[in-house]
Amino acid sequence: MNGFEWAQMYPMIPEAFLALSAMVLLVSGTFPAVVRSGLIPVLGILAAFTSCIFILGMDWGLAGGGGETTFFVLDSFAAIVKLMLLVGVMASLAISTGYLRLENLREPEYTALILLAAAGMMIMVSASNLLILYMGIELQALSLYILAAFYRDSPRSAEAGIKYFVLGALSSGLLLYGCSLIYGVSGTLDFAGIGTYTDQNPGDLLLLTGLVFLIAGLAFKISVVPFHMWTPDVYDGAPTPVTAYFSIVPKLAAIALLARVLFDPFAAVEDQWRPILWFLSASSMILASFAALRQDNLKRLLAYSSIGNMGYALLGITAGSVTGLGTALFYVLIYMVMTAGTFGCVLALRRDEREITDIPDLAGLSRTNPYMAWALALLMFSLAGIPPLAGFFGKLLVFQAAIAEGMIVLAVIGVLTSVVAAYYYLRVIKVMFFDAPKDPLDPSPEFARRAVVLVSVLFVLFFLIKPAPVLEMTDMASDTFFYEAANDG
Amino acid sequence: MTDFPLLSLLTFLPLFGVAFLLGIRGDQDVVERNARYVALYTSFFTFALSVYMLMRFNPYDDGFQFVERYEWLPSLNIVYQLGIDGISLFFILLSTFLTMTCILMSWQSVKTRVREYMVAFLILESFMLGTFCALDAVLFYVFFEGVLIPMFLIIGIWGGARRVYASYKFFLYTLLGSVLMLLALIVLYFQNGTSDLLTLLENPVSPSLQFWLWLAFFASFAVKMPMWPVHTWLPDAHVEAPTGGSVILAGVLLKMGGYGFLRFSLPMFPDASTFFMPLVMSLSVVAIIYTSLVALVQDDMKKMIAYSSVAHMGFVTLGIFSATAQGIQGGIFQMLSHGLISAALFLIVGVLYDRLHSREIAKYGGLVKNMPKYATLFMIFMLGSVGLPGTSGFVGEFLSLLGTFTAAPVFAVLGASGIVLGAAYMLWLYRRVVFGTPNTEEAAGLKDVNWREMTVLVPLAGLVLFLGIFPNAVLSRTEPSVQRVISQYQNGLERYAGPKDPLSRGHDETGHGKTRVEEGAPE
Repeated sequence: MNGFEWAQMYPMIPEAFLALSAMVLLVSGTFPAVVRSGLIPVLGILAAFTSCIFILGMDWGLAGGGGETTFFVLDSFAAIVKLMLLVGVMASLAISTGYLRLENLREPEYTALILLAAAGMMIMVSASNLLILYMGIELQALSLYILAAFYRDSPRSAEAGIKYFVLGALSSGLLLYGCSLIYGVSGTLDFAGIGTYTDQNPGDLLLLTGLVFLIAGLAFKISVVPFHMWTPDVYDGAPTPVTAYFSIVPKLAAIALLARVLFDPFAAVEDQWRPILWFLSASSMILASFAALRQDNLKRLLAYSSIGNMGYALLGITAGSVTGLGTALFYVLIYMVMTAGTFGCVLALRRDEREITDIPDLAGLSRTNPYMAWALALLMFSLAGIPPLAGFFGKLLVFQAAIAEGMIVLAVIGVLTSVVAAYYYLRVIKVMFFDAPKDPLDPSPEFARRAVVLVSVLFVLFFLIKPAPVLEMTDMASDTFFYEAANDG
Repeated sequence: MTDFPLLSLLTFLPLFGVAFLLGIRGDQDVVERNARYVALYTSFFTFALSVYMLMRFNPYDDGFQFVERYEWLPSLNIVYQLGIDGISLFFILLSTFLTMTCILMSWQSVKTRVREYMVAFLILESFMLGTFCALDAVLFYVFFEGVLIPMFLIIGIWGGARRVYASYKFFLYTLLGSVLMLLALIVLYFQNGTSDLLTLLENPVSPSLQFWLWLAFFASFAVKMPMWPVHTWLPDAHVEAPTGGSVILAGVLLKMGGYGFLRFSLPMFPDASTFFMPLVMSLSVVAIIYTSLVALVQDDMKKMIAYSSVAHMGFVTLGIFSATAQGIQGGIFQMLSHGLISAALFLIVGVLYDRLHSREIAKYGGLVKNMPKYATLFMIFMLGSVGLPGTSGFVGEFLSLLGTFTAAPVFAVLGASGIVLGAAYMLWLYRRVVFGTPNTEEAAGLKDVNWREMTVLVPLAGLVLFLGIFPNAVLSRTEPSVQRVISQYQNGLERYAGPKDPLSRGHDETGHGKTRVEEGAPE
């Protein structure tokens, strides 16, 4: 490492701060009084918030590394995605406080692991080097494995953790193998160097093989078909707050990483990776919409819903254009807000001091808990993509991006599967509104959870009044790559 | 441009009522009573505003009036733009009038979750008005599709025994048609770089592309209309929906299909419309004859009226796709007339259903003895449905068949036979329900219509007769806009009449598809 300077670590401050906070929280967890006070999740939210402020205060054009090479970048793409990630972290911590208290899951490790996973994801988003990329992925994956098995006494949670770990290790292996192939042929780990090599040798078969493995590894993290098998079981088995975290945050990091890899070093072989993404997107949309039809468990249903939604997000990336990437981010952002609200409701579904996750148990919720029922109904309509709710605009824009690039077939698959998917979202509404009521739910007055649900519902309802700012933000993020490409060219 | 946002106010006025409804606090009784009054006042003011709009409307202007335009998604060139012409004018009046009617009619028949019911109706009204006012393709789609949410809930929550099945079928059927239209809208958007309807109307796309776009739009409008053979959701939805839901469904939602044909298919895809004209006309004629026959054998009054709706809508599509002034005028008039008559017939059935909780024809009979006022009103609407001269039904059917006759005589002759069948099932229905002897004891002791039902039904009957006698009140206002649509259609046909340029399509696509990329990059 010649020429290493501390100043080069400057772009990593938000991640470093988050990791340090996690450690401080772990230490403070040794004091029982702190744990009992329930302060730790609040401190976790505070840490994420401070990290946000760091990002907002920093210059979004930074790169860090050792000497000649760049390991780590904080461009506007990374900054905006990180802000979205951190908001997701805060939301998922906020909605889970009440649940954790009721289920006696108050260990400080929970919050610490969430923060560590978030730090890992932020590193993924900023990685500009295959090693950093792998490090980020493993940091978040290892934290998530433990979180999935966090309910130590429950065999299902342990099963979820093991399943996730084994399959996750396999995918990491694929990814690493891809990285080694790419490194082998290009002789560099650096994205810029790989980009130069790709520009010169776009037909290099070994390089392309490496790229395929890399995409496969990342597809596992995004959980798109055919790398989705773990999702329903892990979603189902993991404690519900963890499921909420799984579906709100890590997908965005993986999508962002995939986008960076594809649009930065592998932009020159776009015609090679577009068919792969085409297939991933189409198969996810098709399989998820049909498989979800038969689910009776809300968590499994949301697992398939997330697979399908990632299919739509990939549709935007498959378009391979600046608009496409922007709309993919836009789609994921709206999806995150809707999912946060949905899980905010799901986490409060308790009857007789036990949580309920079966859809038939929601029968007649509109009579017994009308506010919750209306909130869930609006979120379901929005997930189904019915205007005038926010979910529709996400779909509209990805279809628009797809058609702009002439991918009519994929767009047709997309709209048809969205009709199939509408059926299972409607089913939740049907059970809540059309069926005869059961006993009311236990009251769940936590302020933070309600606030998240309220914000999410208001967002979904009133998004159409001023959609432009959100779109401008995601467009600004996606412009990063094309800007660079234009400057290089 | 007007200085006053009349159409926005009209479209979103019902939502103010919704805000009030959500704010009501107190006991259940208080909430229910207040909810009814708030909804009634809101719908009344909306109706009054729409009447004011009718007065301000300039009948000699063939363009769009009261146009409002605001930025919405500037980076995508999607605008919030409202405006009306002679075609949309009367659909707006129909929507506001029927919503008010429905709220009045549901006063006592809806007993559970009154507040939610009223909220759903007002939201529905807002979306319907938006659909007819929108002058931007995306905005149009938002309203057009948004209607599904309140209607799904209305059928599913307040509907009859098979309401769940009916609501799903309604929702998914319509959604499937609409999403294809959404893709077509996006393609249109890329052809012109904007979704502004005024621009889209001036620039018809190449004939080869029109073919596909026409089909996609047809998928949506034909389901909504509904045309044979995609009409099967309608009888289910109608039968299971509460009376108010059926009225809005038959009165306004079906008209969105016909409105869509007039607003999009005919002027934007003239070549494809000409190409598919025989298909549409055949389907219409099949609908008229086949569904009339099906209506003949129904035991359920609502189902019979539902099938008769499909048949009557057949005349509309015949008229519209004849692409003649008489035909289109007839189509519009038939839609308005059917909006009033079928709504009234559902209310007439609703009156009986409220009393006996049955829609079975066999349970009634001899009602004329105890219910003379009811029998009179029923007769007016029945004759209107049959198309007796002097009622609004006659004008619509006559004009649309006249237009069809000039364009395609064979279809007009076949369609005309449907009128005979229509007379058969309606007269038979009337005979079985109103004349003869009561088939059950309950039917013999029914009370005549009360004052509230009278206040709803008498204005409807008056309108049916008024429009039958003075059709010009409507036709003179729609005339300029219809002429404009026809000239757009003719111009479109001439535009591509010359030797077709096979390169033009590919060139257009790439040219517009890249526009945004170029604009987006240099910032």
